[in-house]
Amino acid sequence: MNDFKPQIVAFCCSNCASSAAAVADGMKKTLPDNVKIIQVPCTGRIEILHLLKAFEQGADGVYVAGCQDDSCRYISGIKKAAKRVAGVKRILEEIEMDPERINIFNLCAGQGQRFVEVAYEMINRLKEIGPSPVK
Amino acid sequence: MIVAEPKPIKELLEMVQDFNKILVIGCKGCVTVCNVGGLKEVGILASTLKIARKKDGREIEVGEHVLERQCDPEYIDEVKDIIDDYDAVISLACGVGPQFLSERYPSARIFPGVNTKFMGGAVEHGVWSERCAGCGQCVIHYFGGLCPIARCSKSLMNGPCGGSSHGKCEISDDVDCIWDIIVRKMMAQGRLDELVKFRPPKSWTTARDGGPRKMVREELVI
Amino acid sequence: MSEYKAGSNLEKVLKAGHFAFTGECGPPQGANIELLKEKAGHLKGCVDAVNVTDNQTAVVRMSSWAASLVLLQEGLEPNFQMVCRDRNRLAIQSDILGVYTHGIRNMLCLSGDHQKFGDHPESKNVFDIDSMQLINTVKTMRDDGKFLNGKDIDVPPRLFIGAASNPFAEPFDFRVYRLAKKIEAGADFVQTQCIYNMDRFREFMKRAVDMGLHEKCYLLAGVTPMKSVGMARYMAKQVPGMEVPESLIKRLKGAGKGKVAEEGIKFAIEQIHEFEEMEGVAGVHLMAIEWEHRVPEIAERAGVLPRPQV
Repeated sequence: MNDFKPQIVAFCCSNCASSAAAVADGMKKTLPDNVKIIQVPCTGRIEILHLLKAFEQGADGVYVAGCQDDSCRYISGIKKAAKRVAGVKRILEEIEMDPERINIFNLCAGQGQRFVEVAYEMINRLKEIGPSPVK
Repeated sequence: MIVAEPKPIKELLEMVQDFNKILVIGCKGCVTVCNVGGLKEVGILASTLKIARKKDGREIEVGEHVLERQCDPEYIDEVKDIIDDYDAVISLACGVGPQFLSERYPSARIFPGVNTKFMGGAVEHGVWSERCAGCGQCVIHYFGGLCPIARCSKSLMNGPCGGSSHGKCEISDDVDCIWDIIVRKMMAQGRLDELVKFRPPKSWTTARDGGPRKMVREELVI
Repeated sequence: MSEYKAGSNLEKVLKAGHFAFTGECGPPQGANIELLKEKAGHLKGCVDAVNVTDNQTAVVRMSSWAASLVLLQEGLEPNFQMVCRDRNRLAIQSDILGVYTHGIRNMLCLSGDHQKFGDHPESKNVFDIDSMQLINTVKTMRDDGKFLNGKDIDVPPRLFIGAASNPFAEPFDFRVYRLAKKIEAGADFVQTQCIYNMDRFREFMKRAVDMGLHEKCYLLAGVTPMKSVGMARYMAKQVPGMEVPESLIKRLKGAGKGKVAEEGIKFAIEQIHEFEEMEGVAGVHLMAIEWEHRVPEIAERAGVLPRPQV
């Protein structure tokens, strides 16, 4: 539709999302190169500042891929991450940027297909929103 | 601790719209404990300011610094060599911090980055509640160890008023009726006789009503 | 010295052992003196004294002392209300001297609704002293002839001191003790919150009588006739410390269209009759909110007319 290639930073949990990535790899499904993966031991460790820094450096979109709410390896890491993502959404709203530039997804270790899907979901969403005004 | 909340980003952006070099100064005291003005929050505000300004095509330089406390002159001194490099300062301390900065650095433009709310504590993670009004003459032992000056909407010394309903204050269901708690506690302790004792009008001379307050302790003065 | 504490009509009626009947009048939201005179006029001859509210529900109105003076000029006896929300102890004491000088003889002491409910929620409140301390202030000024600072008053004000009691607010077990505390602080008479839950009020009065409170103070039971089912629901849900039993709402609903107000009045009259017989109740305080014109009819049907001349 348009040739805008959004730059996306994905914070991925090493317990579920990364396993899903490995499964995806085995399925010969790969992520497009405009999605940069940052692997974290638990999404609960991601601070608001980490997410903001990505936008500050010019990312068009950011997402967190972590466990299901009831199967977080560290019990509540993903729930904390969800609250921080919501916090960043509020900040984006306050400075009049589209809060849909950031999102969080719940994955399972075996979901290789889903792992790739969420990346494309974000790419498509950001194609609609357009490039970040922070450049 | 002193509990504060962040000022809305929009308000802060408006405050500093004419400045392009800003120093954000945090405080490791109360505002760090209530997650509003510590190292993390200084970073978040600095980053947010940069994002917002870049978005509008206006570059901004934001410095970050966190002081041990902003309510002691010796720590305020710490920024003396860097403060002149900036056009404006946002202090993330309680209302004391930006004033100490304003007094120490008369030529600097100092802005408050938080709204100072009250003296209280965290009743659960992320929830703070007022406990003390700083009246200067503590009387909580008459009231089951609980303060009606700070915690009753009408500061009643002889409560509860007729607006107490299901343990809640008439002003909001979110506010506990402290007199309901006082009465139940003291009755359970068998202290009805103290509860029915008339408490005379309080002297507010030691409170803010007596004028701005100052305290001198000779044994500590150098 | 007179045998009376203040010598107001209300005090005389109560002291003579008559069943007192007081009314209420809210000052206008403006300087509309004609409206005030008209509202108060309905109460003339029907009640022993008229409560004049003080910025009730924290809504700005003509000041209660000024409206009280208008009532005095109209030949009605005011029961001047004062709340602690809007005045510090300087203003409180000077207003007490002022109203006494102009002939006011009854004063009802209240804490006041929080300004959050009112039409100026941005305002700063005072609450320098509370209602209990206000009662004691008036008593100290009257009986000891002293200001709150202990200094002598040159001609002390002599006021018949009133207080409010809410038998329905929580914690219920403490309410009668708080009433006792108000009496101890100096209340000569007490008017209660509007009563709808008769069972609970009977229990409250039994406790008050057991403690002998009715012998130290005149207790007037609060009555507000329900005008509509909507009003009953509003009182039940929205007014803090108010208790409206579901059975009463059912009874009002059952009256059918156009007859609810009449049913409300019937219930009020039944209440007044029961209060006349209830041990320890010295009178009724009728708060007919924005319904002053119905007071003569209610008084007539309740059989409390004519009012005694003492």
